[in-house]
Amino acid sequence: MIPLSHVLALSMILFILGIAGFIIRRNVVTVFMCIELMLNAVNLALIGFARYQPSLDGQLFVFFVIVVAAAEAAVGLAIIVALYRNRGSLSIDEVDSMKL
Amino acid sequence: MLAIFYMAAAVAVLAAMAVVFQRTPVYSALSLIVVLGALAVVYLLLDAPFIAMIQVIVYAGAIMVLFVLVIMLLNARPEEPTRGSRFAHWLGVPLLIVFLGEFSYLIFRRFPARAAPSAADASPEAIGHLLFRSYVLPFEVTSILIVVAILGAVVLAKKQL
Amino acid sequence: MATSSDLGFFLLVTIVKVAIILWVLLTAIAYLTWLERKVIGHIQSRWGPYLVGPHGLLQPLADGVKFLFKEDIMPADADRLVYWLAPFIAMVTAFLSIAVIPFGESFELRGHVIPLQITDLNVGLLFVFAVTSLGVYSIVLAGWASNSKYPLFGGLRSSAQMISYELALGLGVVGVLMISGTLSLRGIAASQLGFWRLGGILILPRWNIFLQPVGFLVYFMAAIAETNRVPFDLPEGETELVAGFHTEYSSFKFAMFFMSEYANMVTVSCLATLLFFGGWSGPVFGPGWLRVLLPVFWFCLKVFCFLFFYIWVRGTLPRFRYDQLMAFGWKFLLPLGLANILVTSFVLAWIHS
Repeated sequence: MIPLSHVLALSMILFILGIAGFIIRRNVVTVFMCIELMLNAVNLALIGFARYQPSLDGQLFVFFVIVVAAAEAAVGLAIIVALYRNRGSLSIDEVDSMKL
Repeated sequence: MLAIFYMAAAVAVLAAMAVVFQRTPVYSALSLIVVLGALAVVYLLLDAPFIAMIQVIVYAGAIMVLFVLVIMLLNARPEEPTRGSRFAHWLGVPLLIVFLGEFSYLIFRRFPARAAPSAADASPEAIGHLLFRSYVLPFEVTSILIVVAILGAVVLAKKQL
Repeated sequence: MATSSDLGFFLLVTIVKVAIILWVLLTAIAYLTWLERKVIGHIQSRWGPYLVGPHGLLQPLADGVKFLFKEDIMPADADRLVYWLAPFIAMVTAFLSIAVIPFGESFELRGHVIPLQITDLNVGLLFVFAVTSLGVYSIVLAGWASNSKYPLFGGLRSSAQMISYELALGLGVVGVLMISGTLSLRGIAASQLGFWRLGGILILPRWNIFLQPVGFLVYFMAAIAETNRVPFDLPEGETELVAGFHTEYSSFKFAMFFMSEYANMVTVSCLATLLFFGGWSGPVFGPGWLRVLLPVFWFCLKVFCFLFFYIWVRGTLPRFRYDQLMAFGWKFLLPLGLANILVTSFVLAWIHS
């Protein structure tokens, strides 16, 4: 059986990589993907805990996280497309003013 | 089983590093899909077959398709390197290592290896029962959230903002 | 009973099953292309292939040899890695889903019960959907990596089309799932064995098609769109996009796209048979070996009927316009599927109460 600590370690590594990407990347889409990576790391931890509890609640949390991530992706990508249309660039360094 | 877990974990970590350190967005997206697939394998090993399949269908099959589509649509080229701050280089990496060490110490001390309890019944029936009994309110709220998200996406996609 | 020899036996049986099924599938795909050309030819008052072998029966072989020896061309500005990857994704996703398709009952060999299926998952149907939903990438990436305008248009179009119709595909089968109460394909097929009786007389086989005709319509129309076949073959519409996403592909990579399209047709037809037409149910009689083989025969016959229907549709219907396609998916199939689920659940609740 897989030890819980190993699952959590994997989850931690993925989460930290997500944070690192969130900080060092300059492309909005990539930054967004790093957020998804972090969400997945959390999902993994939830599944690991659910396995060792043992209960199904953790799995249902993951289910909800995935659904919310779908909604988030739809809106987020729409924002990115609108942003690109208005600024003509995907770099987050260019999006530093509140007004157009 | 443990061997499969380590293989999937290695694939996930390598692909996640590719997501982060790639300059080309399409490669980042493809690597993220690999991460999602590897995580689905881990979910299978952790007795969550339903979630594993949902992960592939919704995450890899729908959300990431949207990402790839947007990247193609906007023709996102490799990003130009910005001037990195020296401060971040000198302080960030050691801090990251300290942080990693600290957390792994905590994780391995807090959760020592113990025999896993027998798995809960994670069949689609069991999940459905729980979802529509105990979690019916969150479920309905999520459906409203999705409607709101659809409306938001439609509004944002209009020509004039 | 030694467990290690059990495991060895299991592995041996599985490998043999995989080999046989792959061989059958590849042969079926090869002869499906022959059948398609032949049937379309006859529909259009032509002969179809008839030069290579009797009735052109060796034509698939000749095609294969030709594909192998053609020059492999890659566009100069193509993204090499992704350009290579796309046809492999297409092949893998197309062939993987056959692993959970049951095609008959089980039989006993030296005290072991061997089911006629590679593996039975309790989330089998979701597995098929998961694998097919990954198939979109092959088209999107092929279109993007070719770095040429027609493939890009084809890729964009088809990703939008496949995401839209995946919803209808899923909604179409929900009614069946509610009736049978399982996601295991073997379980779904097994729940349709037997007959409905009225006053002691057999009237109808217990197939889901008689309970879910609307669900079947939604499923099958969405399935044709998912496999990019006429009348929904806009991703490769010749008149407007040359050949769509695989315009720049040649030689064996093109053959891989071609084979994956036909493999997807087989998978979708197998699913339709299992979900709506009772899988391997049919008249069974005779000695033991015949009782094992007859269900397989019925299953293959039903799948063949679907495949023939596919070809028939291709020879009959013109292609949709793109806006018509999207409107049909979102404004007709999706609401129809939802209404079907609603009605089914009300009826089921009424019966169970």
